[in-house]
Amino acid sequence: MEVNITINGSEHASDVEPRTLLVDHIRRTVGLTGTHVGCDTTSCGACTVLMDGTPVKACTVLAAQADGSEVTTVEGLKGADGLHPIQSAFTDDHGLQCGFCTPGMMLVGASLIAENPDPSDDEVRWAISGNLCRCTGYINIVKAIQTAAARVAESSNGS
Amino acid sequence: MFPSRFDLVVAQTVAEAVEAKVDAGEGGRFLAGGQSLIPMMKMRVAFPETLIDINRIAGLDAIERSNGHLQVGALVRHADVVASDATFGAVAAAAPWVADPLVRNRGTMCGSVAHCDPEGDWNSVLLATGAEVIAQGPSGERSISIADFVDGAFTSTLGEDELVVGLRIPVPSGRSGGAYLKLERKIGDYATVAVASHLELDDSGAIAAAGLALTSVNPINTKVADAEALLVGQQPSEELFAEAAELAAAAAEPRDDVRGTAAWKRQVVRTYTKRGLAAAAQQAEGS
Repeated sequence: MEVNITINGSEHASDVEPRTLLVDHIRRTVGLTGTHVGCDTTSCGACTVLMDGTPVKACTVLAAQADGSEVTTVEGLKGADGLHPIQSAFTDDHGLQCGFCTPGMMLVGASLIAENPDPSDDEVRWAISGNLCRCTGYINIVKAIQTAAARVAESSNGS
Repeated sequence: MFPSRFDLVVAQTVAEAVEAKVDAGEGGRFLAGGQSLIPMMKMRVAFPETLIDINRIAGLDAIERSNGHLQVGALVRHADVVASDATFGAVAAAAPWVADPLVRNRGTMCGSVAHCDPEGDWNSVLLATGAEVIAQGPSGERSISIADFVDGAFTSTLGEDELVVGLRIPVPSGRSGGAYLKLERKIGDYATVAVASHLELDDSGAIAAAGLALTSVNPINTKVADAEALLVGQQPSEELFAEAAELAAAAAEPRDDVRGTAAWKRQVVRTYTKRGLAAAAQQAEGS
């Protein structure tokens, strides 16, 4: 069946089998491999993408269900003027070790700070509670998301 | 992992979805949030021949109060329930404990109810609050009380050609309170034990209506009818709640598993029933 999904601002029209999962479509058909497959059972959040701005587990959404929607993957975070604040904060605060969970963590973090400009520790931990980091680097992940929030708030106050 | 092959029907109206189900027969399944069904299909536990996607149907995404009820449409996601101002008591208490934030963004309350997983949270809340399930079939709409709807593990009394289009949860008119206490090993895990409590008080402060239901301790979400009967007409007290907790513990037949021993889970039922009823009473007294 024909699906048309806008991924990171570019339209991708493809003929997919109804059983194609969104994550496989993104990785194999579109060729964006920043979205990872971890547990493949809706537990780990490595496959997180934003679907119309909302974080979802792309291993548990059919590509056909995303027809007509706007999807943002980790590759879409970077803007014309460089890294997204969440990406530079993960770099600066050492918010990753192996990096496998990082795309999901950053997308959830970006989505959180878009709604909550000053999230507390508990709010960040609650927001990322559907994403697993098996390096158990949660402390720096929480810190990085808060750093990004503070930088976004600072730059919007300054402008 | 990926599901076995199926035909996909993207329904635009409820009538179209029901018609597609009639055509597909036993091999047809409705798809709403898909947070249980898609994993089951990937593990080949479920292998529908026809999947009927209801996500594009307009008008099923409202959660609102109407005629003394909280009405929840078939496309209301768990996250919508968390964010809603229209919820109350046990419904509001349970919503943030369903699955994890990302699953809540996709999964629907009605889908979870229809799935009838005995480890699912919502059916206990609905049993405690006395809700009704609204089902639409080829011959029209009917309302089924949740106690009649839940029939067993992953089994409901929904007709083969019926779609759950909504829920109707009675909103108490007087003072009321509720709680949902859930023990889980980690966010997103099934409940080890959970207890839904609901209390309504009359003008004298006595209990006018009571609801109590248990998750994950029986092959089906369990309404503790004898405890509810005991509570009605009494003044809330620690002693009364302790007595109700004994009846709840007696109604639980948990199994030893990776989440704990049966004896320990029964003790958690006892403790959570006492705490949940106390929290519900406190909320009702302050309302």
